[in-house]
Amino acid sequence: MMLKLNNISIKLGDFQLKNIDLELERGDYYVLLGKSGVGKTVLLEIIAGLIKLDSGKIILNNIDITHEKIQKRKVGIVFQDYSVFPHLSVKQNIAYPLKGKKLTHQQIESLIHEYAELTNITHLLNRGTQKLSGGELQRVALARMLVTKPECLLLDEPLASLDVQLKGDLRNLLRKINQKGTTILHVTHDYEEAIALSNKVAVMHDGEIIQKGFTKEVFQKPANEFVANFTGIKNFFFAEFSPINIARINGKIEIHVSNHDQIKNGKIIIRGEEIIISENHIDSSATNNFKGKIIQIIPYFSNFELIVDIGIEISVVISEDSLFKFKFKENSEAWVSFKSSAIKIIP
Amino acid sequence: MNPKNHTPLIFTLLGGLILLFIVSPLLGMFLATTPAQLFETSKDPEVVKSIWLTLWVSFAATMIFAIGAIPLSYFLARTKFRFKGIINGIVDLPIVIPHSAAGIAILGFVSRDSVLGKIGSSLGLNFVGHPAGIAIAMAFVSIPFLINAARDGFENVPVRLEKAALNLGASPIRVFFTISLPLAWKNVLSGLIMMFARGLSEFGAVIIIAYHPMITPILIFERFGAFGLKYARPVSVVFIVVCLVFFVLLRSLAKERKSHDA
Repeated sequence: MMLKLNNISIKLGDFQLKNIDLELERGDYYVLLGKSGVGKTVLLEIIAGLIKLDSGKIILNNIDITHEKIQKRKVGIVFQDYSVFPHLSVKQNIAYPLKGKKLTHQQIESLIHEYAELTNITHLLNRGTQKLSGGELQRVALARMLVTKPECLLLDEPLASLDVQLKGDLRNLLRKINQKGTTILHVTHDYEEAIALSNKVAVMHDGEIIQKGFTKEVFQKPANEFVANFTGIKNFFFAEFSPINIARINGKIEIHVSNHDQIKNGKIIIRGEEIIISENHIDSSATNNFKGKIIQIIPYFSNFELIVDIGIEISVVISEDSLFKFKFKENSEAWVSFKSSAIKIIP
Repeated sequence: MNPKNHTPLIFTLLGGLILLFIVSPLLGMFLATTPAQLFETSKDPEVVKSIWLTLWVSFAATMIFAIGAIPLSYFLARTKFRFKGIINGIVDLPIVIPHSAAGIAILGFVSRDSVLGKIGSSLGLNFVGHPAGIAIAMAFVSIPFLINAARDGFENVPVRLEKAALNLGASPIRVFFTISLPLAWKNVLSGLIMMFARGLSEFGAVIIIAYHPMITPILIFERFGAFGLKYARPVSVVFIVVCLVFFVLLRSLAKERKSHDA
């Protein structure tokens, strides 16, 4: 185990973190997912030693670093506001952690260039930091941290204030950094980042971790309603099951389900990726077929979300290719179909 | 006409009167002094010697006391503790007490009977009537300007930058010298200039500690007492000009640095 958080608790005014347990293996890309204000940043700052915890232990490579000095922890934090030193140039910022490390001038220069190249900021090295964009500052902060070769990299909402294009670029960079062997703990409120980057994810709510595990498992088998809602599953409805294999939603629409637990009331979720949309009715094994109207088309990074009104609003995810092939447009009619086995029932 | 429209005019007039109040006595003094008198005075060895003494002692006092005042400012900016308000009040104390009273207090503190006086004596140094005593008196009355300005400067440095530097492996002392101090430098420098300028103009506290060697404010007082206004005026003009030159020079240096940083 590389980084182990053992029963961490802290009370800060009205806010508290309760019994946080988390384990990161070497090479993990672990995403801590939660709304703002749930304590994600506080947890990162506790690991980095910037905030003193009330109880619990932090173990890094089998060494207890709970009370270790900030500068000796070997965990590097990149803040959401980047915290690039405004009075130093880009190069001086990256060189900052290298000074006083008994390195020769040449070694320092070569390290600066290595990490400037990795983060694609070589052209900015001699610039001041005052006029850099958010994306550039983020890269400077990353290069400055990576040059220290931290055992574990802590990222606080690294993509939050970037535009779509930069987000994509930076995601690739973070993937590259992780693939090079850096263990990453990344805090975000955006489930797409978790899906895009992580191999493991922990969902935080109200100062507690309410579910953690491999990303796929957490997203496909949310432990409760909150996780299901939060992890971005849009098709989440209250349903009455009557007869038992029919889910009645808002008294309007009936969906065939496989209600093995024979429950009478509950929630159902349908993953947008598992819904088929077509221009005309198609005969298939899908037991649920509805005619509806496309009311909105929302572009995402690699695919599109179509909101279709079938009596209830349902979210369908399709690829860019499909969108252009079938020429789906807003306000046009379409058929949606999905199998009853694609529906998850949460009591 | 809307009565509100008179407001700027009234404010300008009142403000103008105050500016006139500041400028006219100085201007009157300058106009009452002939170039010949100025020339004579600026060659007077006693005047020259006293101006140099005033300049270097105030400068030395500023530099020496800054060694402790800057860390104190940092401490006050960064630490929260129960009696912080009282400490901040103590820092401002020299501004509010009469400077002659401050001089009396310092005299007790540095006289031969005091602990400091005894330590000085053992090293062959008598603070009373010595530039070292003058420096202590100047520092006493001018140090709040440095501490307050530097504290404001440090308060404006985001703590997060210091934490980021620590997280990058820098020791707290390196963080202070490479992050906190450079980022607060504009305020610290401004405080140093103010402390230096305030030290130059000190009279009340210094006259009690050291009539001799004579700093310029005391020389002006002595010339006035012994020979009258006519003889005190040229010394005052020369000293004001010197002070202004230094003040403007240092201010512009600070400004240049600011625009360079931007």
